[in-house]
Amino acid sequence: MEPNSGSFHAGQKGRRRNLSNPQGATHSPTSPTLPRSLSPLPLAEAIVSCCYSASTRTRYRLNLYQQPVTAGFPSPAEDFVERKLDLNQYLIKRPAATFFVRVTGDSMIGAGDLLLVDRSIEPSEGKVVIAVLNGELTVKRLSQKGNRYYLKAENSNYSDIELEELDDMSIWGVVTSVVHLL
Amino acid sequence: MLALCDANSYYCSAERIFNPSLQNKPVIVLSNNDGCVVARSGEVKNLGIPMGAPYFQIEHLVKKHNIEVFSSNYSLYGDVSTRVMEVLAEFTPELEIYSIDEAFLSLDEFKNRDLYQYGQEIKTTVRKWTGIPLSIGIAPTKVLTKIAGDIAKKDAEGVFLLPEQYTDILSNTAIADVWGIGRSHSRSLPAHGIETALQLRDANLNWAKQQYGVVMQRLILELRGQRCLSLELCPSPKKTITVSRSFGRKVTTLQELREAIATYTSRAAEKLRLHGLTADAIQVFVQTSHFEGSFYGDSVTQTLPHSSDLTPEILHSALMGCDRIYRPGERYAKAGIILLGLRPKTQRQLSLWEASEAVDERSHLLMQTIDSINQQFGKGTIQFAAAGLKKGWGMRQERRSPRYTTCWGELPVVRA
Repeated sequence: MEPNSGSFHAGQKGRRRNLSNPQGATHSPTSPTLPRSLSPLPLAEAIVSCCYSASTRTRYRLNLYQQPVTAGFPSPAEDFVERKLDLNQYLIKRPAATFFVRVTGDSMIGAGDLLLVDRSIEPSEGKVVIAVLNGELTVKRLSQKGNRYYLKAENSNYSDIELEELDDMSIWGVVTSVVHLL
Repeated sequence: MLALCDANSYYCSAERIFNPSLQNKPVIVLSNNDGCVVARSGEVKNLGIPMGAPYFQIEHLVKKHNIEVFSSNYSLYGDVSTRVMEVLAEFTPELEIYSIDEAFLSLDEFKNRDLYQYGQEIKTTVRKWTGIPLSIGIAPTKVLTKIAGDIAKKDAEGVFLLPEQYTDILSNTAIADVWGIGRSHSRSLPAHGIETALQLRDANLNWAKQQYGVVMQRLILELRGQRCLSLELCPSPKKTITVSRSFGRKVTTLQELREAIATYTSRAAEKLRLHGLTADAIQVFVQTSHFEGSFYGDSVTQTLPHSSDLTPEILHSALMGCDRIYRPGERYAKAGIILLGLRPKTQRQLSLWEASEAVDERSHLLMQTIDSINQQFGKGTIQFAAAGLKKGWGMRQERRSPRYTTCWGELPVVRA
């Protein structure tokens, strides 16, 4: 049995074989110190022991669009390279006041969805809000009739709840977006 | 004018943000290892439970008054603190973050505004945006803002603007309550007839300087309304980084002690890289409990082969140090490491025997990768094997609330 078959120690230079020439491994320029005593490997085993580590010593940094599309011609898009689009920038206006919460239950939005809540926004008629009900955080739509405020569920199986007061204690924050993974 | 913004019962308030059922209920937060009380809500203060009380001594009160108890959740407190500071920064061009729950704001630019009103606005905004209630003291100097802040804390509105004539307030302030007066000074000053802040303000400056030094002289001037302590806008560069913890249970084997030292060292090295620094040496220390049997404690300082911020290099020295001070048969209660000789990485001296630049760059890439993975997926996602997997010696945190704002798996849940 070969002592080194199946070995993945890329650093052991002496065990490297040249794939294209499995029979002539001892002549390979990459393995000058291979012991004479090793007999040539059958092809299947040679594949396993032929394991080189990727070198990360050299790197090329290419901006998107700067890779040549056609050899020899500069990309016409090169002058238009811009920053990448950042979803945070699109979704979050005030990072200090924005929190993520997870939904459970079915009266409004799919269970498991992620909500972005901005506490700096004033709650008002029609906004989806996080309200405090019986010491729990719940998500409902805020509705105003005259000077009375109600929490409505989108699901008609749930009845409206009247708010005693509209303040920090009853409204925790205003939902600005839903992240729903498909 | 300056404003001192101080969060009320900060850790308890942070616990309440995502758990509204805690509103108006007595809440305490315990120190590392659930040892003693480090934060009390107003309700608990009224019950007469003192700060720092060992938990086992107050356990009967906890049951009797239905006090809600939490282990400290520093991921949460740290994140919420950053948010509070960000909101405060919108109200002033100059902000000094004094601690996790205190900041000084310069209001010099707002001379024409009603500062009491402005303080109210700051307080309301921080409360609404982050959920944290503040007390705000406004006065011409730092020392006076502390006194104003103490009054604001007791005031229902939570904001206190020191009036132009504040002699009465100083005469009602005990010397021990003045910022910067330590326990020994508050004992020795009464012997010189100084028992109130007012008497200190009117003390002779030269006498104070001779007797107590220039710090006391500045303090007196600050009490007179003359600003001597300016805002520290950029924190002074770190001189040392310490990571040290008490164990959840006593550690006796070298294997476990090495794991703990390796864990603390990895954490410290991560902090080092975060601040763009390198270290020259590492001090390792271990100690047994002061409360059982004979005390044993020892420390050793290992100089690193060259100034470094690479975990494997620092780890090597740390573990050598650990082996040197480990004494079999001892029951260790605490251990820690201190990184010494910190300096900016850009000023680092290369050593003759250091690995070639290419190897060095690969090591740095590795560190960057590990740091970013751990930042993204949570502490300890990738770690050096020396730090151990079981960590049976780890901190006791049996009542920690979820890391609501820093961990995808622990987000607050809302009912729909």
